[in-house]
Amino acid sequence: MKVLLDQTKCVSSGQCVLAAPAVFDQRDEDGIAVLLVANPDAELHEEVREAARICPALAIAVQEP
Amino acid sequence: MNDGSRIVVVGASAAGLTAVETLRREGFTGRIAVVGDEPRLPYDRPPLSKQVLRGTWEPGRVALRGDDVIAGLDAEWLLGNAAIDADIGARRITLSDGRVLGYDGLVIATGVTPRRLPHGHELAGVHTLRTLDDALALRKGLLAAKSVVVIGAGFLGAEAAAVARQLGRDVTLVDPLPAPMVRQFGAQVGELVARLHTGNGVRVRCATGVTALTSDAGQVSGVNLDDGAHVAAELVLVAIGSTPNVGWLEGSGLSLGNGVECDALCQAAPGVVAAGDVASWLYPGVGRLRVEHRMNATEQGTAAARNLLGNGIPFAPVSYYWTDQFDVKIQTYGVAGQDADFRVVAGDPANGRFAAVYGMDGRTTAALTWNMPKEARTLRRLVVERASWRHALSQVSA
Repeated sequence: MKVLLDQTKCVSSGQCVLAAPAVFDQRDEDGIAVLLVANPDAELHEEVREAARICPALAIAVQEP
Repeated sequence: MNDGSRIVVVGASAAGLTAVETLRREGFTGRIAVVGDEPRLPYDRPPLSKQVLRGTWEPGRVALRGDDVIAGLDAEWLLGNAAIDADIGARRITLSDGRVLGYDGLVIATGVTPRRLPHGHELAGVHTLRTLDDALALRKGLLAAKSVVVIGAGFLGAEAAAVARQLGRDVTLVDPLPAPMVRQFGAQVGELVARLHTGNGVRVRCATGVTALTSDAGQVSGVNLDDGAHVAAELVLVAIGSTPNVGWLEGSGLSLGNGVECDALCQAAPGVVAAGDVASWLYPGVGRLRVEHRMNATEQGTAAARNLLGNGIPFAPVSYYWTDQFDVKIQTYGVAGQDADFRVVAGDPANGRFAAVYGMDGRTTAALTWNMPKEARTLRRLVVERASWRHALSQVSA
């Protein structure tokens, strides 16, 4: 799995961090999401899919082989 | 629902799309038809009053999914076609083109329509904002107008007023309540929003009603206020709230109040669920609620679809919503009503960054941040736990 994060779409909601805290964090100054792991391990995949689904800004894309 | 079943989703926006995706993800392999009154595939609405209106985004960027994802859902998209009638007993709906669709399961996600003033919407230069076409027309109008009046200082009105000002227009924001967004955020934050707008050059006329629009040869020329003043304007945006799109369900047998009335599972009748702006559901332990926020469309679209497939899980979200105005981002969890207790727990409003909590009956009901996005997530826990007010306040600068 490859995770793509579009920071220009991010609205700093932090929903991705709630869903997948091992994969996403937020910048201190403006809350914009940052990707911690671009190729997460299999046990994190469902959390990452959930993060992509709930992101209110549609800023997360997941590429699966 | 089995392989031979058909589910019809009425409403092709965020809640309807999420319902379709959820049905497929949960293994529903039957037929799905999606009915949408707009001729477009699902698109996102929050950017309409922000990036699209400012012109910082190409309109195409609001698409909720790419064509490949839409195709992968294997649904029949009946767009530019409104549902006009429903017979819940016979399990069928009628579309504006005369087509009749039978269903085994029905998802109602028809959203809302902007409320209008009793008079004046026939005038050139008078706008409402709900659809992408509305946003593009409003942007075109804003670029041509020098002076703008925004009637209504809720989410939409306050955001649009900020954008109009950022585009260099002369802007007046009018609302009968004492401050902008006071219904959503209470008096203290309302006052700060008023100052934010005033500081950026918006004339804020709160505690003031509009008595009439004035016109010249069919073009709006301004508004008359109930204090006797006249404010000249070449463009007027009416942003005075919305009403649920339930007209097509009248006489269907469903219970319609302020929206489609559902139980805690978002069920309106056997085999019928509702989601998003149009759904008025029984929030466990709270009562009837209808929420017009973007996250709720996703969360309720998911919950309603699962329950249509028989999941049986009550829908009890902690609502998240946000607004962007000028250089300020306000984020909220829970219901920050105007009657709640309010306390700043981090930062300082005077410095333009703070976090606050709201409480009712000794319990934390909401958290709000003003340019402190990470703290919103931290304080969310207090809302989820309905933490005691004493405990919440002890978290000060924690």
